[in-house]
Amino acid sequence: MELEKEKLIEIYRKMLEIRRFEEKAFELFGENLVPGTIHLYVGQEAVAVGVCANLRKDDYVQSTHRGHGHCIAKGAQLDKMMAEILGKKTGYCQGKGGSMHITDFSMGILGATGVVGAGIPLAVGAGLSIQLKGTDQVVACFFGDGASNQGAFHEGVNLAAVWKLPVIFVCENNLYAMGTSQSEVMLIEDIADRATGYGIPGVAIDGNDVMAVYEAVHEAGKRARGGHGPTLLECKTYRHKGHSRFDPAKYRPQEEVEKWIKKDPIKRFKTRLIDIGVITEKEAENIDQDVIEVVEAAAKFAIESPFPDPEETLNDVFSIE
Amino acid sequence: MREITYREALREALREEMLRDETIILLGEDIGRHWHGAFKVTQGLAEEFGNDRVRDTPISENTIIGAAVGAAITGSRPVAEIMFGDLLTLAMDQILNQAAKLRYMFGGQVKVPVVVRAPFGAGVNVAAHHSQSLESLFLKPGLKIAVPSTPYDAKGLLKTAIRDDNPVMFFEHKLCYALKGHVPEENYTIPFGEASIKKEGEDVTIVATMYMVHKSITAAEELDKDGISAEVIDPRTLAPFDKETLLESVEKTGRLVIVEEATKTGGVGAEISAVVCEEAIWALDAPIRRVAAPDTPVPFSPTLEEFYLPNEKKIIDAVKEIVP
Repeated sequence: MELEKEKLIEIYRKMLEIRRFEEKAFELFGENLVPGTIHLYVGQEAVAVGVCANLRKDDYVQSTHRGHGHCIAKGAQLDKMMAEILGKKTGYCQGKGGSMHITDFSMGILGATGVVGAGIPLAVGAGLSIQLKGTDQVVACFFGDGASNQGAFHEGVNLAAVWKLPVIFVCENNLYAMGTSQSEVMLIEDIADRATGYGIPGVAIDGNDVMAVYEAVHEAGKRARGGHGPTLLECKTYRHKGHSRFDPAKYRPQEEVEKWIKKDPIKRFKTRLIDIGVITEKEAENIDQDVIEVVEAAAKFAIESPFPDPEETLNDVFSIE
Repeated sequence: MREITYREALREALREEMLRDETIILLGEDIGRHWHGAFKVTQGLAEEFGNDRVRDTPISENTIIGAAVGAAITGSRPVAEIMFGDLLTLAMDQILNQAAKLRYMFGGQVKVPVVVRAPFGAGVNVAAHHSQSLESLFLKPGLKIAVPSTPYDAKGLLKTAIRDDNPVMFFEHKLCYALKGHVPEENYTIPFGEASIKKEGEDVTIVATMYMVHKSITAAEELDKDGISAEVIDPRTLAPFDKETLLESVEKTGRLVIVEEATKTGGVGAEISAVVCEEAIWALDAPIRRVAAPDTPVPFSPTLEEFYLPNEKKIIDAVKEIVP
């Protein structure tokens, strides 16, 4: 698939934004500026960006506890994201949600759920709204390998299939549900095979190849927008860091980690862009520097922002109109 | 004055609202043209509004509610039906973790205009998986709870629930569906958080919900014959809860009996009792009494179920324990 130079550079830049944002968030976590916990997206950037590069502003995404990448890829602002991670009033959720629940409804992000698999039925409902309105929007629903063992997965995918809802189910298979490896909890190798049970296409792809993700989602998107129903896309990928906080991820063999680090999606894409003459090494370096500056500014904004007033605890339980 | 059943009143509310607002859709198991709902509330609606707006779902309670919530945050106004209230337990994540929390957790970015209808109640010999009254499980931040007892209240409250921008748990009672009552033909709604005084009285306050309202009214009429004047209050919504009407009544009568069909421990009666103790204990001339089911699952056999359920005699006995 041929994409314009600007689009390719935009994809590269978005992946870098996620990487640098996560590195900064982890740095702030180490400085004790991040309350609670944090689930980093480092290593999986090609999935979020490859998916969202296909989406319009009025399309939806459903995110997860490891959701920073989804939000950045769909167009959320880094400063309001970082502020939320730090529990600040200027954050997307005014300090009510934190790292696991960053959401920008104005960009079509339907929320990030902390309950594994719970976003799947919600995404199906968004697909239902689209079908009722008769538009050609789509919903990209992100979830992990672990979520595919939830009952919500079975119920949700089946309902979307039988009603032909415009949902793209994006399973980010990073091989581990917390510390439990895929082989310990399922006998199949490709989660995409589960699609057969619902009568929809299932495609397993290299989730560290952003163009492979882009192309697969492009096909799934055409199908969904055309009223032909959902697709289950399995993106095989890897988180470079542990599950959360300072998890050293000792449950993963060192050779496996090294193998996947070599498949770093950003390095791969950069090499490819240089090889095909889209950018030079110098231009890539300039993009990175620019991204680092934006991320630093977001961090500064977050750090300097005030915490919410304690009484704000009581706001927004209900919509009052 | 026109009299219709509670079931017909609910159906009218759904129909009128669906005519008024085309974003309203119904989701549930067998609510469409094959069956019209296990209790026939949705009779004729699939025929009138089509299969797109009245949708039969797979047996997937968690996703019925989840999809309803997902549709609610993207511009639809779904009314989900769960065939029996007992089966709400299959959807607790979507109700308590998603519907109830999304607005708050996302800093007020979103509204969640979803209604979940489900019938509670024993008395029809269908045993422990189809008879419970689980309303107290839903007394949690972010959820509103309506518990209509009469056709008039059922219609007015359901219309309010559908127009509300927040999740509403709308609990019906199986034994109420066939009850007839006055329901005006003109359009009306009933605001949430306004109790209804079903019978006025001076000596004791009986607060009751759903089918127990009817048992309590019958009991109060019996008590009249013994010279005891009981006031019967139906809160109509548990969240928001109309404290004022209850406290005013208790300040007048000095005595309180709480009647609910659910099991006693941790029930709505416990909460109401705590409210009165906190805010009006000096008005009480006698201990509060709770008439509720024993702490067992609902039994099957008629003799057992009859023993289990609160009834007029149990209410009268409780009143006589505290009224001299």
